[in-house]
Amino acid sequence: MLEETILAGFGGQGVLMMGKLLAQAAMEEGTSATWLPSYGPEMRGGTANCIVVLSDDEIGSPVSEKYDTVVAMNQPSLQKFESKVRPGGTLLINKSIVPIKTSRNDVNTYYVEANDIAESECGTNRSANVVMLGALQSVRQKLKPDSIEKAIAHAFESKGQNVIDANLKAFAAGMNAIDARETATP
Amino acid sequence: MTTAMNSQDGMNKQNGGAVASEDLVDLKCVFERPKSLSDKPFHYCPGCSHGTYHRLIAEMIDEFGFMDNTVGICPVGCAVFAYEYFETDMIEASHGRAPAVATGVKRALPDRFVFTYQGDGDLASIGMGEIIHAAARGERITVFFVNNGIFGMTGGQMAPTSLIGQRTTTSVQGRDPRTTGHPIKVCELLSSLEGVAYLARVALTSPKNINTCRKYMRKAIRAQTEDVGLGLVEVLSPCPVQWGMSPGDALHHIEEDVVKEFPPGEFVDKLAGPVKA
Amino acid sequence: MPAKMQLTKGNEALAMGAIAGGCDCFFGYPITPQNEVPEVLSYELPKRGRVFVQAESEVASINMVYGAAAAGKRAMTSSSSPGVSLMMEGLSYIACAELPCLIVNVMRGGPGLGSITPSQGDYFQACKGGGHGDYHSIVLAPWNVQEMYEFPALAFELADRYRCPAMLLADGVLGAMMEPAEISDDAPPPNVPEKPWATNGRNGRAHKNVVNSLVIDPYGLRDHNLKLQAKYKAMECETRWDTRDVDDAEILVVAYGISARLALSGCKLARKQGIKAGLLRPITLFPFPSKQIAECATNKKRILVVELSAGQMVEDVRLAVNGKVPVDFYGEMGGVIPSPAEVCEKIVEAAR
Repeated sequence: MLEETILAGFGGQGVLMMGKLLAQAAMEEGTSATWLPSYGPEMRGGTANCIVVLSDDEIGSPVSEKYDTVVAMNQPSLQKFESKVRPGGTLLINKSIVPIKTSRNDVNTYYVEANDIAESECGTNRSANVVMLGALQSVRQKLKPDSIEKAIAHAFESKGQNVIDANLKAFAAGMNAIDARETATP
Repeated sequence: MTTAMNSQDGMNKQNGGAVASEDLVDLKCVFERPKSLSDKPFHYCPGCSHGTYHRLIAEMIDEFGFMDNTVGICPVGCAVFAYEYFETDMIEASHGRAPAVATGVKRALPDRFVFTYQGDGDLASIGMGEIIHAAARGERITVFFVNNGIFGMTGGQMAPTSLIGQRTTTSVQGRDPRTTGHPIKVCELLSSLEGVAYLARVALTSPKNINTCRKYMRKAIRAQTEDVGLGLVEVLSPCPVQWGMSPGDALHHIEEDVVKEFPPGEFVDKLAGPVKA
Repeated sequence: MPAKMQLTKGNEALAMGAIAGGCDCFFGYPITPQNEVPEVLSYELPKRGRVFVQAESEVASINMVYGAAAAGKRAMTSSSSPGVSLMMEGLSYIACAELPCLIVNVMRGGPGLGSITPSQGDYFQACKGGGHGDYHSIVLAPWNVQEMYEFPALAFELADRYRCPAMLLADGVLGAMMEPAEISDDAPPPNVPEKPWATNGRNGRAHKNVVNSLVIDPYGLRDHNLKLQAKYKAMECETRWDTRDVDDAEILVVAYGISARLALSGCKLARKQGIKAGLLRPITLFPFPSKQIAECATNKKRILVVELSAGQMVEDVRLAVNGKVPVDFYGEMGGVIPSPAEVCEKIVEAAR
């Protein structure tokens, strides 16, 4: 297994955290993982993004030319990274704040109302990233859901059980988001 | 005093400073080379007061009982070989960086006595950043600063402390403030920094002034040992060779002219009381 | 707490590795992309009664390292390319004065202010001296977060053994990326050799110690240089390298640090296309594994060197094989990271 993913959005949307949760979950399972953030001026405004590579084997490059999955939490991210999805790969788009559709017709695209789901399930759109992680899990099952749940519990440990529970709820809601036909495929 | 230092040197060469003649066996020794000063003859030019200042530092190290506990940092410049003249552990720093090196030593070994010995090219030109920030941090180090208003070792070029109108090999028409600025007054400059515990300037021109210098040096050392902050003593020192003067004229020049630009005295004194006996 | 697997950023692993390696004193000045190193150490060192100083400049940093190393402590600094350039004078003094210490360079794009993105343009500076005069530092090139954690201790150990500066040459990717790594928060203190030469106050010692890089007599300085050169020769036994799939390879890819990661993926892609490619990764860049490369290259068709530079290490590879095997080069500059697919393309070209 070699799974290469870009997670992108506005700074503050928690895209770096999404990536860390994936890498942490991989580590729980004994799977190799790398997490590489964009850094520098790009961090302020515009898009923040990180690249996560998961593999059963020793990981060489933490970057790639094309990716199995791209998660676009906002419109600039979609426009910047939609071309990076491998043909037949997966594109997840945060429909709540991305008013446009992808121009790609050779990838599996899922439109997820991540902000809205987070708002209705957790009372805040700050969990939209974890909702999207749930949606990602439901379509690219490279890791076990309970590994990601463990990673969520680990990541939010210092913030208390309420925050952990809210994020677990957001994750569960995200897992169901695509089954619930909140999406449209090409 | 410079002359007296030279005769002291001569004595060192003969018998290491000890007075041991049969005829003098009943006499009491009243003057000898400080233990912290090595018996290596100084390489300094006639009339220079680096030797005087070295001796005063060695006297202080003996007086405080620090010979076994001292790390000294030497500059680049005329005093580049200063490590040969002290019997304490010594480090030779790159040009101007002695306060940074001293910071490294003192932070690593807070209970040692750490001093730097720096000239005006070293401290006030290339090393200005290091001395200002060591002072700002209040490093517990003692700085012995020699201001002779010229780059001696490299052949008499203009220093940041050269007087207006002073002829040097890089200001042959005399220092022009329009193109080279004005002399940098280190004590005045550093006196605004909270980390400084003691700052003083003295002209090394007479026995009286040398006694004053000793008084200042004690305080600059106590600034470190009593954990108050950085201590610095600036000495106005003659460079007869590069000034093109006789040793006597050079001392007169300091007392007549140099002190007008660089007034002697204490600038900062945050020590609580008098020297503990 | 024993060492455990933690998802850790390269720079943070490096900082914790410095602590595990017995770093007594850190002196540094902020510069991207290594800022997590001083940030972590500013908290972790004082907590353990050790020294952290944010210096006013890289020039001051390296001279503080000089002072603390002269005092017999394990001292280090960390910076990135332009900052390391500023340290070169100090490094030359340290090498001449034979002081053990650690300098970390998390390389970024150059020349000049360049960029803050990853690069390997400082190989010459790190391995060929960098400052003035004939000297070398031991240079270690980690390629993952685990080695970012482990190499500071190794660097201190080698530096103490040979009384020379050691440099850890990383880059912006290794500094910023996270990987699972076995990290300990309270590793047992390492064995540090006695340093009878240290200027730490005589404390009863019969003679004074002097730390110095001034040898005014030409013959004296020549002899000191000969001593240094003999030491550099003796270091050859410390050469470290690593390989992947080289035995049956027709194309040998030589790369270090992050380039070796890209090259490993490139080799795997090439093998999928039926081209037998293998990787040799120098771990010590000085001493350089010349002998190992020459041996490994004997039955190879071509060598491809991959670097994030205009071609620096490739010169040492060419010297190593001395014309016996053709050596190609692929490099990107300015902070551009080639993809494994691009590396694979170059391997395919070489195999043709």
